Amino acid sequence: MKQEYIITVFSEDHIGLLSRITIIFTRRKINIDSLTVSESAISGIFKFTIVINETPDRVQKVVGQLEKVVDVMKAFYNTNEEMIYQEIALYKVSTEFLFESDKVEKIVRNSGARILELTREYVVIEKTGHSDETQQLFDELNVFGVTQFIRSGRVAITRSNIERLSVFLKERDAMLEQVD
Amino acid sequence: MATQRISGSEAVIKSLLEEGVDTIFGYPGGAIMPIYDALYDYDQQVTHYLTRHEQGAIHAAEGYAKVTGKVGVCFATSGPGATNLITGLADAQIDSIPLVCITGQVASPLLGTDAFQESDVVGITMPVTKWNYQVTNAEEIPEAIAKAFHIALTGRPGPVLLDIAKDAQFAQFDFEYKKCTKIRSYLPEYPVDPFQVKAAADIINAAKKPIVLFGHGVIIAHAEDELKEFIEKTGIPAAWTLLGLSALPTDHPLNVGMLGMHGNYGPNIKTNEADVVISIGMRFDDRVTGKVAAYARQAKIIHLEIDPAEINKIIKADAPVLGNAKKSLRMLIDNVNPNSHREWLDEFRACDKIEYDKVILHDIHPQKVGLTMGEVVRIASEKTNHEAILVTDVGQQQMIASRYFQFKNSRSNVTSGGLGTMGYALPAAMGAKIGKPERVVFAMAGDGGFQMTIQELGTIAQYNLDIKIIVLNNNFLGMVRQWQQLFFEKRYSFTEMKNPDFVGIAKAYGLASQKVTSRDQLENAVQEMLDHQGPYVLEVVVEKEDNVFPMIPTGASISDILLEP
Repeated sequence: MKQEYIITVFSEDHIGLLSRITIIFTRRKINIDSLTVSESAISGIFKFTIVINETPDRVQKVVGQLEKVVDVMKAFYNTNEEMIYQEIALYKVSTEFLFESDKVEKIVRNSGARILELTREYVVIEKTGHSDETQQLFDELNVFGVTQFIRSGRVAITRSNIERLSVFLKERDAMLEQVD
Repeated sequence: MATQRISGSEAVIKSLLEEGVDTIFGYPGGAIMPIYDALYDYDQQVTHYLTRHEQGAIHAAEGYAKVTGKVGVCFATSGPGATNLITGLADAQIDSIPLVCITGQVASPLLGTDAFQESDVVGITMPVTKWNYQVTNAEEIPEAIAKAFHIALTGRPGPVLLDIAKDAQFAQFDFEYKKCTKIRSYLPEYPVDPFQVKAAADIINAAKKPIVLFGHGVIIAHAEDELKEFIEKTGIPAAWTLLGLSALPTDHPLNVGMLGMHGNYGPNIKTNEADVVISIGMRFDDRVTGKVAAYARQAKIIHLEIDPAEINKIIKADAPVLGNAKKSLRMLIDNVNPNSHREWLDEFRACDKIEYDKVILHDIHPQKVGLTMGEVVRIASEKTNHEAILVTDVGQQQMIASRYFQFKNSRSNVTSGGLGTMGYALPAAMGAKIGKPERVVFAMAGDGGFQMTIQELGTIAQYNLDIKIIVLNNNFLGMVRQWQQLFFEKRYSFTEMKNPDFVGIAKAYGLASQKVTSRDQLENAVQEMLDHQGPYVLEVVVEKEDNVFPMIPTGASISDILLEP
């Protein structure tokens, strides 16, 4: 059965690596629902957070292929339940709706969103949350008309205390010593 | 080591020398001219072979790598030069051949401007290389080359491409070379886990009908002796994959032949009767497994494999042993009990008898008028005392040669396995001959594949490469025709070929040649070819519509292997 998985790829910071990683999905015709790249807590080591909808068997094989990439140190995959994750969304609506009634203001308050910028013409609203939450806000605001909308890729961290990679790096060092 | 101020181009050559390179295959062009200019001064240390096409250069590098176990090196220019390497890269990637390919690139300020002969080589080659890198500063050259060789040859080997911008080739810098032995993001192989070995050994020690399936990994890991010791200690029958050919002598009493679509009858059907399957350095290619859902379901699977991504990829392993085959086999040998499986082995021999009577006899000792590919292969093998290197193309002749050519020494079979690259044999044979000049090298090709890279006859003539070229001519794309006959109601859609006078072509290149059309000429012709000093093209006109059997039709179980149509 297909379900949402969060793949975390730890890698060196090299040009072209994004491409090397995404073609692994392309080749197997797997759609990437979201992708975020940032530096990890370990300096110089980058983290790709990739969300896909796949079967456990396929996600496992993809992770195996990701780990074959020379500049990739390690890849993990988790279900949503196993991770703490967020996305951020920005919405632009016309300022007139804010003055016509208190409905927009109420929606913003109730959803825990906030107003980033207010001009005579438009207001920019920001909300962080899971995609169903940011989508719900979109649907509510769109009754009035959302003129621009953007949602970021997912960011996710584990419930463990440290970067999973630090344990791995220690083990890897030992193995590199052991093999010749 | 003291530093020296030299150009990036010279640094390329010096770095290659540091890696022990003495042979390069290539083709010059605008963007790689500085490197070729530097090469001009090093003709005492390194021999460069100018092929007739970049595809020829890279297949030659593959052939060289396969017979020597060293990294094959090739040069090409930017744009079309580099794109002509793609087939060879894909071939080397899927067959785990260590290559370092160096391509010239337009000067770095021109990158991305659609400059003359600019193409995004790093982008294009990403899916078909183990690693690639674009060099835009001369200072990066030594480190990039050191990394390239480390990555190409270690772990599961593969092709690496370095794309070097022309300005980096010209720039002067202080050269210093340091070999690469470690990359923190890259673990070439896992240390073998004694618990995994123990688990595998326990299964083997309890096995009643075990079979060993071995592949290219045994040859790559130089584990031929360990394989032999392992099967001899345990008495387990062993079958080779197409790329495992020659890792064990053909006549070894425990060698039960070839797996797969056109492999031998015994090892195919017995895989589905074995209680334990021990696969060593092979990856359960679909040509080996047939229908996966009906493959070795009854057996416990032990998988000795260096690449973690291969374990459980196609066939779930009950006992995986991750690591280098030489090391894991050594540990396994120490953990298994001496045994013999005489009755089980007899079952294979009974299958051989059936296959011999139904298929082999008619292939290698035919009674009919027309010549068969099988008898040509048999004679070529016999007349070289089974000690030659066999380089095959792709298609019917490849399968027939793989079935009937015999081997005494490892690294004697060079063929395109995973990619099935027609046009491979002629250029790969050049690399094989250059890598092992003391050996007899056969290049065997059909009329189709031969014509895909026929221009390499020019290279063979220029360097007088003593290759014995056998063109098995049936005036058809034989394997496709066979499938059309069996599965497409004999609708021979664009498979018949009107061929040129191959002997005339060979002669035009200045090569000795003859054409054989009947059985009474065959033995003498092969002998004449072998007696001739230098390259030789022997065209053998074979039966037009012969088929290769046994055969596992696509999608069928290996148990349903057909001995006849």
